[in-house]
Amino acid sequence: MAGSGLQIFAAYPALGPRGAQYKWYPFQNDAPPSWLRFGGWLAGARHWHFAIAWFLILNGAIYLIYMVASGEWRRRVFIPTRDTSNALAMFAYYLRIRKTPPPEEFYNGLQRMAYTSAILFGVVVVMSGLAIYKPVQLYWITAALGGYDVARVVHLSCLVLLASFTAMHLVLVVLHPRTIVTMVTGGQRG
Amino acid sequence: MITRRKLLLGLAASTALAGCDNRAASMFLAGMGRWNERVDRLLFSENRLAPEPPASELTPEAAFPSYFISDDMPFAPDNWALKVGGVVARPSIFSLEQLKRMPQTGMRIRHHCVEGWSAVAEWRGVQLREIARMVGASRDAQYVEFKSFDNGYYSTWDIESSLHPQTILAYGMNGRPLYPDHGAPLRLYSPVKLGYKNVKYLTEVNFLPTRAGGYWEDQGYDWYGGV
Repeated sequence: MAGSGLQIFAAYPALGPRGAQYKWYPFQNDAPPSWLRFGGWLAGARHWHFAIAWFLILNGAIYLIYMVASGEWRRRVFIPTRDTSNALAMFAYYLRIRKTPPPEEFYNGLQRMAYTSAILFGVVVVMSGLAIYKPVQLYWITAALGGYDVARVVHLSCLVLLASFTAMHLVLVVLHPRTIVTMVTGGQRG
Repeated sequence: MITRRKLLLGLAASTALAGCDNRAASMFLAGMGRWNERVDRLLFSENRLAPEPPASELTPEAAFPSYFISDDMPFAPDNWALKVGGVVARPSIFSLEQLKRMPQTGMRIRHHCVEGWSAVAEWRGVQLREIARMVGASRDAQYVEFKSFDNGYYSTWDIESSLHPQTILAYGMNGRPLYPDHGAPLRLYSPVKLGYKNVKYLTEVNFLPTRAGGYWEDQGYDWYGGV
């Protein structure tokens, strides 16, 4: 999705409408590097993007339904009143401000915050994608996001955020290699 | 005609460039493409109008891109007229003056290009549904083909999008006659399709019982091109 999306973006690698491109965006009219792109050309990338999008949506829908139906969301979703202080303490520990990690259950507060925000980015990336795919037929989604060109910014921002999340995730896995086992097996129940 | 073979060839080209030159990938993309077109058609509503942005969002004319495939900007021949045919009761030829005397439709619309940019302009013209009524388009007409004098540029639409109230044959842009860079004397314009479906420099409109292709569509771009 990311590669074909960047190939599509390369056809107009700018943000903002024609004649009123956004001044704050520093990479106006700079295409993303070709090694990040997939699909060969605009039409090919669009075919890939709109084909694989269905599997992303399907995968996300199954995940969310399972989260709710199984009750798993209780120990996975970031609940501010419960998890904020734990998340801050964990962050302080990572920054070496605090010597011992805070008490940890299945997930610590910082993990809950990170994973929940990734789910949110996933939902927003799909909604903003629909907004720029069908700005007339699904105009209400486009309008809710502030219009077509704003929705494009939101869509690209979600990619940046999800890529940052993945990068951070991989760094932490490398720092804590033993977590790979629990990640695959699901870890202890309850 | 856009055949499955042609489509597969187009898709094969896209997969080859993506580094996976195989038939399975092309078949997968073609299948998903057909699925996406079905969803597109379900999403389409004959009565849903594209919202009109405020005048403050009008794009400065110099910033509104204009494309043609000829080497030089195409100019209409002196004896220009629009030919309307296909499965119609009364095949007709319309002069620009005749078209301008028909009921006029004006709208301020955000244009969506397949490349991802948008731009706003005001368009004035005659609804295609009015033309369809005048020539007596048959119920068998499921597609409409649009031809131009721009070196063979053409496109074909589904009948539902063609008869949408905001689908017009435009002769005016931003309060004055259409300029040659935007398709003078007459172009197809509608908010329900991507830019490449909106044929400029029109010469011919044909109501067809079967599907035909298009300049970009034949090269692998999405045939439906809905917005």
